[in-house]
Amino acid sequence: MSDGPTPATTRSVAARAVDLHKTYGKQEAEVRALDGVSLDVYAGEFTAVMGPSGSGKSTLMHLLAALDTATSGTVFIGDTELARLNDKQLTKLRRDDVGFVFQAFNLVPTLTAQENILLPLSIAGRKPDQAWYDQVIDTVGLRDRLGHRPNEMSGGQQQRVAAARALVGRPTIVFADEPTGNLDSTSGAEVLKFLQHSVRELGQTIVMVTHDPVAASYTDRVVFLADGKVVDEMQAPTPEKILERMAAIQTRAMDAAAERSLEGGAA
Amino acid sequence: MLRVTLRNLLARKVRLLMSAFAIVLGVAFVAGTLIFTDTMSKSFDGIVEGSTPDVTVRPEGTGSWDQAPSADTRTIPASLVDELGELSGAERADGSVQSQSLTLVGSDGKLVTGFGPPTLSFNYDDAPAMTGEPAVVIAEGREPSAAGEVAIDATSAEKGGYEIGDTVTLVSTGDQPRLEVELVGLAEFGGGSMAGASLVLFDTAYAQELFLDGKDVFNQVALTTADGVTQQELAYEADQILPDGFEAVTGDAAAAQTEDLIGEILGFLTTILLVFASIAIIVGTFLIVNTFSILVAQRSRELALLRALGASRRQVSRSVLIEALIVGLVGSTLGVLLGIGLAQGLTALFKSFGLDVSETPLVIAPRTWIVGYVVGVLVTLVAAYLPARRAARVAPVAAMRDDVALPESSMRLRMLFGAILVVIGAGLLWLGLSGVDNGAWYVGGGAFSILIGVSLMSPLLSHPVLVTIGGLYRPFGLVGRMATQNALRNPRRTAATASALMIGLTLVTTMSILGSSVNKSVDVGVKKEFTTDFLLTNPVGAPFSTAIADQIREIDGVGDVVETQFVPARIDDNAFAAVTATDPPRLFDMFDLDATVDDLAADEIAVREDKADDLGLEVGDAMTVETQSGKYELAVAGTYPETNVTTEYLTSFAFVDLVKLTREDSFVAVNAAPGSSASEIEEPVRDVVADIPTVVVQTQQEFIDSQREQINGILMLINALLGLAIVIAALGIVNTLALSVIERTREVGLLRAVGMSRRQLRRMVRLEAVAIAVLGAVLGIAMGLVFGTVLQRVLDDEGITELSIPVGTLVVYVVIAAVVGVLAAVFPALRASRLNVLRAISTE
Ligand SMILES: Nc1ncnc2c1ncn2[C@@H]1O[C@H](COP(=O)(O)OP(=O)(O)OP(=O)(O)O)[C@@H](O)[C@H]1O
Ligand SMILES: [Mg+2]
Repeated sequence: MSDGPTPATTRSVAARAVDLHKTYGKQEAEVRALDGVSLDVYAGEFTAVMGPSGSGKSTLMHLLAALDTATSGTVFIGDTELARLNDKQLTKLRRDDVGFVFQAFNLVPTLTAQENILLPLSIAGRKPDQAWYDQVIDTVGLRDRLGHRPNEMSGGQQQRVAAARALVGRPTIVFADEPTGNLDSTSGAEVLKFLQHSVRELGQTIVMVTHDPVAASYTDRVVFLADGKVVDEMQAPTPEKILERMAAIQTRAMDAAAERSLEGGAA
Repeated sequence: MLRVTLRNLLARKVRLLMSAFAIVLGVAFVAGTLIFTDTMSKSFDGIVEGSTPDVTVRPEGTGSWDQAPSADTRTIPASLVDELGELSGAERADGSVQSQSLTLVGSDGKLVTGFGPPTLSFNYDDAPAMTGEPAVVIAEGREPSAAGEVAIDATSAEKGGYEIGDTVTLVSTGDQPRLEVELVGLAEFGGGSMAGASLVLFDTAYAQELFLDGKDVFNQVALTTADGVTQQELAYEADQILPDGFEAVTGDAAAAQTEDLIGEILGFLTTILLVFASIAIIVGTFLIVNTFSILVAQRSRELALLRALGASRRQVSRSVLIEALIVGLVGSTLGVLLGIGLAQGLTALFKSFGLDVSETPLVIAPRTWIVGYVVGVLVTLVAAYLPARRAARVAPVAAMRDDVALPESSMRLRMLFGAILVVIGAGLLWLGLSGVDNGAWYVGGGAFSILIGVSLMSPLLSHPVLVTIGGLYRPFGLVGRMATQNALRNPRRTAATASALMIGLTLVTTMSILGSSVNKSVDVGVKKEFTTDFLLTNPVGAPFSTAIADQIREIDGVGDVVETQFVPARIDDNAFAAVTATDPPRLFDMFDLDATVDDLAADEIAVREDKADDLGLEVGDAMTVETQSGKYELAVAGTYPETNVTTEYLTSFAFVDLVKLTREDSFVAVNAAPGSSASEIEEPVRDVVADIPTVVVQTQQEFIDSQREQINGILMLINALLGLAIVIAALGIVNTLALSVIERTREVGLLRAVGMSRRQLRRMVRLEAVAIAVLGAVLGIAMGLVFGTVLQRVLDDEGITELSIPVGTLVVYVVIAAVVGVLAAVFPALRASRLNVLRAISTE
């Protein structure tokens, strides 16, 4: 299934999903958003999750980031098994160990960029590590914008602020669900470069959902999802290779659908 | 379009119900007032009709005097009663003896009716009232038929703990202070409820002995028409044989007269209650404007979509108005229903004051429903008008945008309008202060104008206050800062919410300052002027026998004793005037009053300086004084300085005889003789009235305390009524916050996602609520301080000479406001903290 070298045993796992199932609705209306996903996310790596619409990407992100609970299966962040945590501990985990960037509406409109970046730390009543903070701010390149409110910034700037917020607490892992989905290619590139930079230079771990092969090419590894299952993965991706692979997955899915409808017709 | 509107209503049941709540409470207050006063009115009509005979023969003028505290000395001889009975149009004539000088005491020694309604004493007869039924019937036992026997009404017997055969105690303000009689029967009043009064019935001869010096005379005569004779015919026939000074009045006319008097009092009560209802409604209006504004804002994208799909501006605004109409209708219906409950509550409240109409079923007139609906629907529609217009201005293109902001109408016009109102109000206050007549009315108008002006300007005024509160929130860190920012983020919304509370607290603060100033003025005034050792008063307001003052004079060590008696009168056809009969030289002497006159003849009157100035009276001028027995021409003999120890006009006791009133005392001042002290005579003086609970002896301090008790009682009642406005304001905070939380769902989800705990979230909402509440309190108290102070200055002439600002109480108000904020936040905060993180961040 996979190509490229198998992961070296020295790389530690930042997040792990084991046989994750997530179903919505009951009986006839049942939707299997995730249908047995197992995945290791390695520390210090930039991982992309791709797949057709409705394949379960967002659902996977939410389960990994402790925003939702699985129907069955387990999730580990570092060594912590999420199912064992109560609401208080989950809140603490979200605050200290996980960062999250959404597609839109990432910022609190009443707070300045700086306050938004420091939000998780302020909530926890912690002081930022000054050196790290400076590094993040410089990487994100928004030092002159820190006093501005979200409505005074462009979409790309807002997403970078959101990314900086996700990083500033030095979480174990950062999840980003289509962080560039609402942006034009230039603004998108700014955000992606920043994310890539923070993995390469600052040693962060980031998992990003995207539809865009170009965006995915900024990452180290691409995981492909279809119908709630991991169907493929790729190391050192390029836009061309990704497009190829996606087309293959698409065809396979169409074949399968055609087969199903033939069978249905025969019966 | 209508379908869309209705679907919206159903989808937003909870939110609309909350906004309807303001309507419900306002309408309930209005409906409750109307139901209660209608019920009172019906109950009194029953009493009047059940006790007024076909034709009454009485001394002229009696009927226009509600209840002269002292008895009229004019009487009708028994021989005249017989003559009246022989008139061709009369079926029968019954002489009636009436008095209010006895008060029923329960077996526990307490007054049965408390210090409220009177005890009415009559001679028992079975003369029918104009309803054809006898006014009273003996329901149990037998009628009183000899001296020493009595029948009382069954309700009073039960309250007083008496049964037939018991010895009943009555205290008198007359010569014989205590009367012990045997209870032989229980009476029932033909007209239904007695409104809390007690009925005491004696046999005729015994009643004459008690109240009319044992002469065979009567106070009034009840005539019953013979078959086929009208009231008018009988009254006319009777008039032919009546001597001068007496009149025959038809039952209809007499009843109408009494009902007019009652109507006046009830009208006053209705007005006061409706004023409070209006306050509640004004406060409610703010909330409805606010709720509809928020709902429209939240729906702006949907409204834009409707516009994009081709709905006209009118259709959009009409859909909002129809929503308001339905809310108004539902709110009014619930309001009137709640009003019925409120009327029941008012009935119970007044029962506890002794005014018992609980036996009359509640009167829910169609008028009550109509008024309820008109008020409720109109207020809602007016309040929804602005938001509806705003809704229509949403540009269709907004449907395509992510962050829809409604076009906010410019604040400038609003500020300008508010500022103009404040300036006008300030001008009125200044006019009121400059000493025009009826200054308090100017102050009232000015206060109202400023209140509305400040409400309009409150979005601007709230900013510095909120920033200051934000400073106080610093210890709460980020959560406090976000709470402040949230409150600041939509100034109109925050200000409108706070305004509701502001209005309530302005009024409460004004009343508190006024009450506190009155208390202090009484304190200062009494200490300065009531320099006597003891005062004898009657808390019921009925006068008492002069025998009491006579007994006190006999006590060793008692020096000066000055008696006074209030004479109800009208001066120059004007409203009731306070005329006091006394022994002028001794009164002037005792209170050190520098009068220009010494003694007064029966046809002379002394006028207080300020009043003489007002009326332009000079010594030697003539004045017309009308009393229950007619008009009298009096000569102004002199003036005396401004004082609180007595009223505006003084006469001698000879005037009491002249106007044919019984000589009694309303108020007696007692001093120890030189060489003896107040403490030496205190016990013997108290002993004199020990058996008469209707007369109390008070030292200066006790007098002050009793005055304060009354003032504080009134103040508490007013504040309780204003409390409703505060409850509505609190609901407003709940409503605004709940809607804001819904509006900020996504943001709340985000905060949860980045690790804010439920507790922190709850605290954030709570702090915002407290900020809004304290904002309202601060603005309200600031205005109340101004209004209260101005009002005191204006009422300086009326005896409120001292200004007292109850700082402690005001601090308590701020604390209460903060607590109101905390309580108001409970539900919205819970709601915010329960939001599902995922659902919140994926909300459209
Ligand atoms: N709250 C929910 N209730 C019911 N079904 C849901 C819910 N959330 C997601 N689903 C379903 O689960 C499946 C996976 O949804 P998910 O949002 O994870 O897809 P996705 O891969 O993120 O798609 P996209 O690329 O469009 O964002 C879909 O079929 C979706 O309809
Ligand atoms: Mg998705």
